[in-house]
Amino acid sequence: MTTPSGSVDQVAVSNTPRAKTERLMNLTMCLLSTRRALPKARIRTMVESYAGVASDEAFERMFERDKDELRELGIPLVTEHIGGAFDDEVGYRIDQRDYALPEIDLEPDELAVVGLATRTWEHAALAPSAATAWRKVSSADGTGEATETPFVGIEPSVGGGEPAFAALKDATLGARSVTFDYAKGGAGRPQTRRVDPWSLTAWRGRWYLTGYDHDRGEPRIFRLSRITSAVQATGPLTHPAPDEHDPQAAIEAIAGGERATTSAVLRVRVGAGHSLRRRARSTTTLDDDWDRVELEIPSPVAFAEEVVGYGADVVAEQPPELVDAVVARLRGVLGQGETR
Amino acid sequence: MSPRPPAEPATTRVKRLLTMVPWLVSRQGIDLAEAAAGLGVTESQLTDDLDLLFMCGYGPMTDELIDVSYEAGRVFVDNADAISRPLRLGVDEAVTVIVGLRALAASGAAPSDAVERALTKVEQACAAVSGIERVVVIPDHADAEGKDLLQSASSAVQERRRVHLSYLVPSRDERTERDVDPMRVVALDGHWYLEGWCHRARDTRLFRLDRIEALSVLDEDGTPPEGARSRDLSSGAYPSDVGHDAVTLRLRPAARWVAEYYPVQELREDGEDLVVTLAARDEDWLARLVLRGGGEIGIEAPASAAEAVMARAQAALGEYTG
Repeated sequence: MTTPSGSVDQVAVSNTPRAKTERLMNLTMCLLSTRRALPKARIRTMVESYAGVASDEAFERMFERDKDELRELGIPLVTEHIGGAFDDEVGYRIDQRDYALPEIDLEPDELAVVGLATRTWEHAALAPSAATAWRKVSSADGTGEATETPFVGIEPSVGGGEPAFAALKDATLGARSVTFDYAKGGAGRPQTRRVDPWSLTAWRGRWYLTGYDHDRGEPRIFRLSRITSAVQATGPLTHPAPDEHDPQAAIEAIAGGERATTSAVLRVRVGAGHSLRRRARSTTTLDDDWDRVELEIPSPVAFAEEVVGYGADVVAEQPPELVDAVVARLRGVLGQGETR
Repeated sequence: MSPRPPAEPATTRVKRLLTMVPWLVSRQGIDLAEAAAGLGVTESQLTDDLDLLFMCGYGPMTDELIDVSYEAGRVFVDNADAISRPLRLGVDEAVTVIVGLRALAASGAAPSDAVERALTKVEQACAAVSGIERVVVIPDHADAEGKDLLQSASSAVQERRRVHLSYLVPSRDERTERDVDPMRVVALDGHWYLEGWCHRARDTRLFRLDRIEALSVLDEDGTPPEGARSRDLSSGAYPSDVGHDAVTLRLRPAARWVAEYYPVQELREDGEDLVVTLAARDEDWLARLVLRGGGEIGIEAPASAAEAVMARAQAALGEYTG
């Protein structure tokens, strides 16, 4: 039998992390096992290391601190009036129903996707919480079957590796106003922004904060990867989200503009422009060297960037805005653009 | 004995033990090494934790203490009824499960029917997490073709079957044919990739799914060769250290995204510009990047690369100006 270090030779009030762990565990189990709230005096006899505390004051102090620490861990330790000899006597207990994760009763395929869901946080600061969540959920159903990792070789990711993620998650859940420094795309030096968070939204592996920008006096969207400082929570929101706030629409509107609505006509050299050909609505042969490709594009200006990348292998023909945008970009590369 | 790390705070350890006990109780007789791996601790940490649990109980009497044994390399935990159920999920834990499931629903990486059922049950069990509706995952608008491809690639990985790919290499504007032994399907920066042993390159390669024109599962075993290693993707999909030539670029404000997207070796601010040094994968890749920049990206060095890009731009402009 292993002799536990720390419980034999040490003074009874030992407060090493190990002794304290043992005491907090004993207190938790003691209060979970009782149906009736236990008065302090009784707890002092049930939890071994309290019994060794010489003075009442030292015990009181230790017990108060232990109680607070268990509550900080999320353990629902309650205080109840227990009547008895003195009307105002109080007792303590932890109700198993409030303490325990409820039976979730997951089917095997549901349990497997929960396992996969917790693995989407692998590159995020929340990874340890995700691992703990999985251990809890996979013991709750009393089956040992879930030990092996489901979906081996499949590695989805929800992102969340941005340094600002943890603090903004807390502020968004808790509805707290925040300040942070933000480097707007291309605008040079970061500026301090004061924001009431409305939603924290993932889109294509990136996280965005939507909210009310106090300095601009209107709603704004922030990309978490562009936040350059720590996030400070300041106080309650003064501008909560309006009912019609739709983060998906807002983010797609600024970040996307993805819907293809314009027809474009291109001349594409034979054997080139593969990813354009893939999206083509029609492709016709012009001669031995060139094909004509027609496709739908979202916006001529954005699409011009793609066309320019192909150099002399792809030539824009329609619409005129596309041709102009391509020529302007080429002139820009050659240093013939307008001076800035 | 190895040197001891600074003592772990008691509350951290209590949290771990309260998760450990139900996990072990539902896996009586589990192998010690397997338990340590599943619990994310070393074996010596686990035995230390088990020794400590042996001293814990709901009262001071021997029959009130937890009964722990691991003598034969198998772990048994009894008489722990008070804590045999896990503590409720904390806020962060609930967020990881619920938002993680939302992410799976959005990506189509798992059977959507099981995801929806699990989400309903978990949300019910964690009803107390306020504000969680404000953490949103926007669905991928991948077309049906994209979702089929993800499914085919995933099952090829799980069944270890070789696949044939028609794959576009956009940086070289090339369409390639190759046989690949799939190793994993992995999401990175908003894109799905198939990683596998490429028989054409005789090396491990990442293939972005939206650049796969066609994938067919071959009737051949697809177990990758012994030496095939998964790449460390912690710094992104683009390897930064593959011995490519270094190139120095001047990024105007509108081209700062380049420094976010590709791994840069050096970076300095110069007025409102950013000057970065990065590994150019090849001449085509570099030319394409700089042309797309439309003047917002300049090549500072080497001069030969700058001249090559200028020649391409001139040739392209010639198609418009005659």
